[in-house]
Amino acid sequence: MSEPIVLKYKVTDGEFQHVGEASSSVKKELRALGVSPDALRRISVAMYEGEVNMVIHANGGTITVEITPQQVKMILDDVGPGIPDLEKAMQAGWSTAPDEIRNLGFGAGMGLPNMKANTDTMEIDTRVGEGTRITMTVNL
Amino acid sequence: MNTYYHSVKLDRDLCRGCTTCLQHCPTEAIRIRDGKAQIDGRFCVDCGECIRYCPHHAKLADYDRLDVLDEFEYTVALPAPSLYMQFRSLEDTNIVLNALKEMGFSDVYEVSAAAELVSEATRKFLAEHDDGDPWISSACPSVVRLIMKRFPNLIDRVLPINPPIEVAARLAAKKAMADTGLPREKIGIIFISPCPAKMTYVHNPIGTDKSEVDRVVALKDVYQKILPYMKAVAGTDYPEIARSGKVGVSWGARGGEASGLFVTTYLAADGMENVLRVLDDIEDRKFSRLKFIELNACPGGCVGGVLAVENPFVSEVRLKTLRKYMPVSVSSIDENDLGALANTEPIEYEAVSTLGSTMEESFRLLGQAERIEKRLPGLDCGSCGAPNCKALSQDIVLGKASENDCVFILKDKIRELGERARELEDDLQGITNADTALSVVKEYARRLNKELGELDVE
Repeated sequence: MSEPIVLKYKVTDGEFQHVGEASSSVKKELRALGVSPDALRRISVAMYEGEVNMVIHANGGTITVEITPQQVKMILDDVGPGIPDLEKAMQAGWSTAPDEIRNLGFGAGMGLPNMKANTDTMEIDTRVGEGTRITMTVNL
Repeated sequence: MNTYYHSVKLDRDLCRGCTTCLQHCPTEAIRIRDGKAQIDGRFCVDCGECIRYCPHHAKLADYDRLDVLDEFEYTVALPAPSLYMQFRSLEDTNIVLNALKEMGFSDVYEVSAAAELVSEATRKFLAEHDDGDPWISSACPSVVRLIMKRFPNLIDRVLPINPPIEVAARLAAKKAMADTGLPREKIGIIFISPCPAKMTYVHNPIGTDKSEVDRVVALKDVYQKILPYMKAVAGTDYPEIARSGKVGVSWGARGGEASGLFVTTYLAADGMENVLRVLDDIEDRKFSRLKFIELNACPGGCVGGVLAVENPFVSEVRLKTLRKYMPVSVSSIDENDLGALANTEPIEYEAVSTLGSTMEESFRLLGQAERIEKRLPGLDCGSCGAPNCKALSQDIVLGKASENDCVFILKDKIRELGERARELEDDLQGITNADTALSVVKEYARRLNKELGELDVE
């Protein structure tokens, strides 16, 4: 097995204008690899949704992307409030985003469901008051 | 893709090897090698940004000269809508159209008239294909080419409708043959273009196997020649031959195409940097509830093309004057026109960004490039001849550049050589025998020579 290529990104709390930068940057690397268009799209959508979540709910955080020829693994770490009711959070359309966030066009309650739908595996490790780690993989 | 034609070219004699074009090329297609710019045709989409910014006018657009009119028995001018916006206080496009005929064209066919047909076809298409995701304009060839190379997921969202230039060419050719009875090869369909990308489109058409445009002349060349003819026409009782209104003419400037669709949920972006950003965002599905996306490579839309004469912001003001007394739309689709409108060839993905020929090879090279990039200063200064440190690191692993091309790395290495000289000084301390000293000096000279040789990459 080859050593994975590791990329790290910082997501800053409240910086909506920078949302999508990490996903754009990863796309550039994946294009250089010749990743299939479908995998490219799924990875970029999942990462973008993850970035949005971190900005809205989690006071920002870090994204680590590990790339191997077989798989792209995205690890989203935050020290935010945690998700008290994970089952509800996974339901399409359920959102705790405040009105001012919804007015920006975010907070439709599709974040986690979209991330799950676009990845091959998704694990959520969340502790209320401590933070959340979401690990997603997409097979290449 | 060796046969692919590019309309953006370099004059090596004029190029001074500065980094201006390097920094402005939106697809990172340019490198400076041996003191001259080089355009990598695989990445270039002929947007003309390098022509716009080159301070030495070393970047050129290839187009046909006006004497191509003599090549054909019968010629039809296809004026781009942006042509009308070059003239101060023009209130009637009929003056331009009649002047084109006085200038030597046998007939004119307005691209803005064809644009009205495209607008109508697009309105119908959007109504029938309202699936929640936006459709992307097919009008700007640089944008569509960019999508083909960089955004494979968006290829099937490009409107499968020919751009106005092609629709106009097809209908003009058909009309000219019917009017004159001449065979097709004796008729010249000549597009008056604001940009080099249209020239590329004619040679490498998108969505169709062959363009019906025979020659592409530069808007600026026509501008110079047409002014006296326009003056002469304006004083006469000229015939009204214009067949387009606000919808068609507005295609020449940003937002014009989208506004002719009569939907409010559209986005219009112009300038390559903005276009890239919007395409990235659509790929991430950042937009919801948008029906249509109009993208123009040039700032301000087609009026901002590098073959246009007037500043695009002035042109926009002129468009408003021009539109004032125009009907909304004049041309509408006849059943016989339908064949000219629809794409006949699929638009296909051109994967050009891949580092290696297999995933394993690309992965290995990307890993190496990442490690090299960490050693580079991250200033993206362009002095090495690549647009940024990431591009240099990838050029190095592909064997097209060396780490010593980076002036900062080179500076460090020269400092190390200085250290060697000091070591020599230390080692010579205390040596009294002249022969021993000489052999030490010789050994150092040999080593220094070797290390200096390694610095020279060429």
